[in-house]
Amino acid sequence: MATETHGAESASGMPQLDPSTYSNQIFWLVLALVAIYLLLSRVALPRIGAVLAERQGAITNDIAAAEELKLKAAEAEKAYDKALADARAEAAEITAETKASMQAELDAALAKADAEIAEQQKESAARIGEIRDSATANVEAVAKDTAEALVAHLGGQADSGQIAGVVSSKMGGR
Amino acid sequence: MEGDIANLGQYIGAGLAGIGSGAAAIGVGNVAGNFLSGALRNPSAAAGQTATLFIGIAFAEALGIFSFLVALLLMFAV
Amino acid sequence: MADKATGEGASHAAEAAGHAAEGGSGLNIHPMDQFVVEPLFSDGPVHMFTVTNSTLWLALAVLGVALLLVVGTRGRAVVPSRVQSVAELAYGFVHKMVEDVAGKDALKFFPYIMTLFLFIAFSNMLALLPMSFSPTSQIAVTAVLGFSVFIAVTVLGFVLNGSKFLGLFWVSSAPLVLRPILAVIELISYFVRPVSHSVRLAGNIMAGHAVLKVFAGFAGALGLFSFIPILAITGIYALELLVAFIQAYVFTILTCVYLKDALHPSH
Repeated sequence: MATETHGAESASGMPQLDPSTYSNQIFWLVLALVAIYLLLSRVALPRIGAVLAERQGAITNDIAAAEELKLKAAEAEKAYDKALADARAEAAEITAETKASMQAELDAALAKADAEIAEQQKESAARIGEIRDSATANVEAVAKDTAEALVAHLGGQADSGQIAGVVSSKMGGR
Repeated sequence: MEGDIANLGQYIGAGLAGIGSGAAAIGVGNVAGNFLSGALRNPSAAAGQTATLFIGIAFAEALGIFSFLVALLLMFAV
Repeated sequence: MADKATGEGASHAAEAAGHAAEGGSGLNIHPMDQFVVEPLFSDGPVHMFTVTNSTLWLALAVLGVALLLVVGTRGRAVVPSRVQSVAELAYGFVHKMVEDVAGKDALKFFPYIMTLFLFIAFSNMLALLPMSFSPTSQIAVTAVLGFSVFIAVTVLGFVLNGSKFLGLFWVSSAPLVLRPILAVIELISYFVRPVSHSVRLAGNIMAGHAVLKVFAGFAGALGLFSFIPILAITGIYALELLVAFIQAYVFTILTCVYLKDALHPSH
């Protein structure tokens, strides 16, 4: 039979079922598993666990620090807002004050000007009154003279006192 | 061909055992399909159940592997 | 053939016939040859302490774990390098899995579960290199893994809970009539656990590698049209990368599930 081509290699058809290799495989497998277990439990797993814990700690710390910074920033913002509001209030106050003082000055100036104008008006009125009075007196004098002259011209005996009374009464009745 | 009736039986048996792979495929498809339809209905619960999915697939597939093993044993070891 | 002590002398004739039939066809595909355990430095039989290809790839897996988790993290940087962040990712992945599936009190077994996960993940991944040998495709290896988990979990369950651990099989929420039947079913499924646990891993890896080898054989036989199987191999290789990881994940998560049963046996 032509089995010798590869017969020596696959002795039992399915090499997995060849019990003569079992002890060998199991021995080396157990050795490999023990080696891996020792590597893991002695070196690798504690190391990785420590690194992960450290990272977790670092992250937690960073988050806490960030939280704190955020708080600080909020505080700073609040302070800034307060300062801003204060400044604004102060500015408004100053503005109001200035406005008030300016208003007062303006009022004073206006009052002064009004007073001056009123005085001048009064003076003017007084002078006008004087002028009018003097004008009236002049007119009376002229009217008396004219009346005396008229009476004299008409041939009458001019009683200067009577004429003056009549003229005065005419003028005053006006 | 040597005309050995035992060989004939072996090969026919191995071929029949191969049907088991198809049956296992149906089983695995069933598991995955049902998982998917459930997951689409409630996607939030799906993430926690992937382990269960794989366990189910593994159990379904193990039986297919058994049939494959039977085929191999018939072909090579009997 | 005679110099190899196979221990299965009864089936040699059928086997020889099988090989003759294979040799008779045009394809020269031997998908199972890649799983043969052979000595590295000699031609003799495999004894217990012989350095074999299995030994080499187991050692490479250990080396890979050491490079990733010990050398990669030696900086202990708070801001991690690339390798260190991969190591931390693996740590966090398994840590979370243990905590979520098995509970907080299972975390004291975390190093053992991490060992299993890393060993399986690294052997699976390294086995995808061309010309490599995959220890996890050997039923002997996965049986040791599966049964050690089974025995450890069973012993742990009895030590921690005493006879209350048997409550795992006595489903108190079911009707009284059904309980004995359920108990039998639970008992059987409990003892099937290590078998399925180990066969799942070995079978997945073996199947994937055998399929790759079969397609590689097609590529060798098709000549000019070999690009079709080569494309298929590319696709299957990508799938196998996924499977390599998923099987490590599934093995680990099932270990966690069994551990949870041992720690909290009440249903």
